[in-house]
Amino acid sequence: MAARRISSLLSRSLPLISSDGKKSYFGRRIYRYSTAAALEDPIKPPVTVEYDKLLINGRFVDAASGKTFKTLDPRTGEVIAHVAEGDAEDINRAVAAAREAFDVGPWPKMTAYERSKIMFRFADLVEKHNDEIAALESWDNGKPYEQSANIEIPKVVRIFRYYAGWADKIHGLTIPADGPHHVQTLHEPIGVAGQIVPWNFPLLLFAWKVGPALACGNTIVLKTAEQTPLSALLVSKLFHEAGLPPGVLNVVSGFGPTVGAALCSHMNVDKVAFTGSTETGKVIVELAAKSNLKPVTLELGGKSPFIVCEDADVDKAVELAHSALFFNQGQCCCAGSRTYVHEKVYDEFVEKAKARAMKRTVGDPFKSGTEQGPQIDAVQFKKILRYIRSGTESGANLEAGGDKLGTKGYYIQPTVFSNVKDDMLIAKEEIFGPVQSILKFKDLDEVIRRANNTQYGLAAGVFTQNLDTANTLMRALRAGTVWINCYDVFDAAIPFGGYKMSGNGREKGEYGLKNYLQVKAIVTTLKNPAWL
Amino acid sequence: MAARRISSLFSRSLPRIGQKSYLGRGIYQYSTAAALEDPIKPPVNVEYNKLLINGQFVDAASGKTFPTLDPRTGEIITHVAEGEAEDINRAVAAARKAFDEGPWPKMTAYERTKIILRFADLVEKHNDEIAALETWDNGKLYEQSAEIEVPMFVRLFRYYAGWADKIHGLTIPADGPQHVQTLHEPIGVAGQIIPWNFPLLMFAWKVGPALASGNTVVLKTAEQTPLSALHVAKLFHEAGLPPGVLNIVSGFGPTAGAALCSHMDVDKLAFTGSTETGKVILELSAKSNLKPVTLELGGKSPFIVCEDADVDQAVELAHYALFFNQGQCCCAGSRTFVHEKVYDEFLEKAKARALKRTVGDPFRPGMEQGPQIDAEQFEKILKYIRSGTDSGATLETGGDRVGAKGYYIQPTVFSDVKDDMLIAKDEIFGPVQTVLKFKDLDEVIRRANASRYGLAAGVFTHNLDTANTLMRALRVGTVWINCFDTFDATIPFGGYKMSGQGREKGEYSLKNYLQVKAVVTQLKNPAWL
Repeated sequence: MAARRISSLLSRSLPLISSDGKKSYFGRRIYRYSTAAALEDPIKPPVTVEYDKLLINGRFVDAASGKTFKTLDPRTGEVIAHVAEGDAEDINRAVAAAREAFDVGPWPKMTAYERSKIMFRFADLVEKHNDEIAALESWDNGKPYEQSANIEIPKVVRIFRYYAGWADKIHGLTIPADGPHHVQTLHEPIGVAGQIVPWNFPLLLFAWKVGPALACGNTIVLKTAEQTPLSALLVSKLFHEAGLPPGVLNVVSGFGPTVGAALCSHMNVDKVAFTGSTETGKVIVELAAKSNLKPVTLELGGKSPFIVCEDADVDKAVELAHSALFFNQGQCCCAGSRTYVHEKVYDEFVEKAKARAMKRTVGDPFKSGTEQGPQIDAVQFKKILRYIRSGTESGANLEAGGDKLGTKGYYIQPTVFSNVKDDMLIAKEEIFGPVQSILKFKDLDEVIRRANNTQYGLAAGVFTQNLDTANTLMRALRAGTVWINCYDVFDAAIPFGGYKMSGNGREKGEYGLKNYLQVKAIVTTLKNPAWL
Repeated sequence: MAARRISSLFSRSLPRIGQKSYLGRGIYQYSTAAALEDPIKPPVNVEYNKLLINGQFVDAASGKTFPTLDPRTGEIITHVAEGEAEDINRAVAAARKAFDEGPWPKMTAYERTKIILRFADLVEKHNDEIAALETWDNGKLYEQSAEIEVPMFVRLFRYYAGWADKIHGLTIPADGPQHVQTLHEPIGVAGQIIPWNFPLLMFAWKVGPALASGNTVVLKTAEQTPLSALHVAKLFHEAGLPPGVLNIVSGFGPTAGAALCSHMDVDKLAFTGSTETGKVILELSAKSNLKPVTLELGGKSPFIVCEDADVDQAVELAHYALFFNQGQCCCAGSRTFVHEKVYDEFLEKAKARALKRTVGDPFRPGMEQGPQIDAEQFEKILKYIRSGTDSGATLETGGDRVGAKGYYIQPTVFSDVKDDMLIAKDEIFGPVQTVLKFKDLDEVIRRANASRYGLAAGVFTHNLDTANTLMRALRVGTVWINCFDTFDATIPFGGYKMSGQGREKGEYSLKNYLQVKAVVTQLKNPAWL
């Protein structure tokens, strides 16, 4: 859905860009970006921050330490709000509340139908407050408001309705035995789930994690990213208005080394799910191993290939490859960040990809028609600029972009490198920014080998109309998702997750439930069974 | 199946026991004469004692060997090639090649099925020889090996052979014009580490689903019991298994095991063993390439005898739940909770049953209990027995070794056991039954769950409400009701809490060896969505 709606959004926005029409020739065929919006004063977001404390046992409370931290507006680097900063002691309080709500109830002792009704009511409330939530998300994160309001918040609603529908469809099996036994399995909630969500899609990842965990009857302690603590607090308030009992969903804002580590090491947490970097994922598994061996779901980094085959309609391939990389300021774990183009269409593709990048409107995410907002923060901003310098220094051709935009906030020019080689840093590491790397290939076996030659295995894009090519790549690519003639299609029903060092487990879809269920086998001796 | 067949085996053996003599204090003499005789010569020769890499038996790169011992005597059976990191590298390279280039995952599932079925036939044909080797190396009863474990090994491989061509993905409804499907793909090279208590059964639990799903394997056996896996793996190649698909490296945890867990070209780990080692394995995975890990670890499983129990039947089942396999079961029913109304009668009969248990040479027909696996376990168990006495539990029977040779231990029963005693908290992994008293259901649920483990539980009742309540309230991976140790191939097995992660056996186990790939294709003018 994302791809479809985004591309229609983008195609809607194209006329706005060309109406600016200020392309001018700078020699070396570098065009000016449509960046006027980035240089104007920031638009005042149509929302106020109402919730900035920790949410523990159904109440907004200060941190035990009384500490707060600042959450910043990526457009300016200025403070939006001061948010209560959780620490180990707050995690203890939150886990105790979640433990009580699990062990004593009411959450897992309710009927599945009651749980589903609360989740449906929550989805209705989010739908009702769509624009307000979207504005808060864009303010804290910097993503285009149209993307938040037209795609992401509706998708949060969609995902909660999807998982609400699963609550009363969690079936165990009855199993044939080799003797006079009755065998059945129960799929039970696992207990208290610790969940850690990242800053790039704060609410979507909230939905991916909280949706299946609550549908299955678990209780939760959620840690948000320190860059984007606001939207989760707002929707959690709505969840309680929808009838969620206290203690079922606790939200602790704060930092990884304090709050995150305390959650992962906690002996009363039965499960951890994490989305973020591969390096942090490794630490999380170690903390789980050193404490109580809680099972861990990981959704980590990627360096996903987008493969444009020789039969490709180049205009369409350029548009899709562009959106596969630049969507959400390039801040996607599954970004199509290695654009492999067949040599027969390579030159035309590079020319048009460059032109497309230069037409990309960068500016205030609250301005209508903006395709790209600022990067999340100074750390990411500097890291991306460093990768861009590395690309140039390692001999790749900088076709477009390559610098920051304006003097305020964290805007970066849509950047395109051609002539990229597999061993360059920009072709190997996750940049997490608006930097497209274009690589040339000759034949299918070669591109399969090169595409798979990475520690990651999150996703891949394939652009072809040839059925044999599609079928070959579909099986040969060692990645958790293969999008063929589409990208970033993120329906609630489609499982998502990584091969290799891109993660463990699958989120979304039916597969996402098993992260939050224990399987219990029950074996009873039968007397005089009528059948076996 | 195990429960049924074993209990019928045991009831057959009961008449042959029974030379009790009264020694005062209600302590009867064990039927342990057999343990004191000279060991019976096993009816089998050791034919394979090297590493199996890429279809060939080879020496360790270092040339080193280690002795594997007969638990009846502590004497050397044979010297076995000792694999280390370099051998793991060679084995992983072979498995990698057999996976990446084929033929294994590139064969049809039906071809893989046929090879696995032929292997099962061969094992069945060599049943007694394999059983003898297993008993020699492990010390478990030959009757148990020959009549239960090797047949169950065959059963497991036939079960998984049948799964190979039934690994289905899903087609999935989309919210827009896309065609969505999932492929369940083999994960790649699987590293598998198996323990010494059921060497062949654990081989089957691990190798069966991995190969059926199209993976290739590097298997590390336990250093106490390297022999049977080499023997059956040879038969697997006779059945047509291509070289490199199944590689076996004998050796030790800190060398071969750690190298396997840390290897960057291994895509998956599965381990059965102690919780402490499981934690190390997960850390090694995290520090290397984040390979997913399946863990089947320790337990301290409650066996709950309710007030309505037929005491004679409960005693027999509880006895078997603990003492089976010399008490060397991760799921042993090692906390026997008995309702206060039947406690005294239960205790008297449990003691009498333990006293009747025949301990002796596992090759001798009619034995119920052989030696423990090795000196280390033997010493550890005796230490726990001393701890039980020291902490104030009542030693009802047993408590010492049997004979002067090998690792035989008396069937031991403690009563008056309290929840906070070490013998009620730690995994003893030996023939030591601890009997605890309870008053009501809520109390026993709370106490049964107050453990870091959550592997299994036994429930003995005919009251449907009690069974239904306990079935849901116990935080464990398996609940056996009026049975114990029923281990059909179809029944998933695994732990809650620190007893492990993931499930083995049954349909559930396939997912340990499969990656899920979502494939989404754009549709033009779809006829339906």
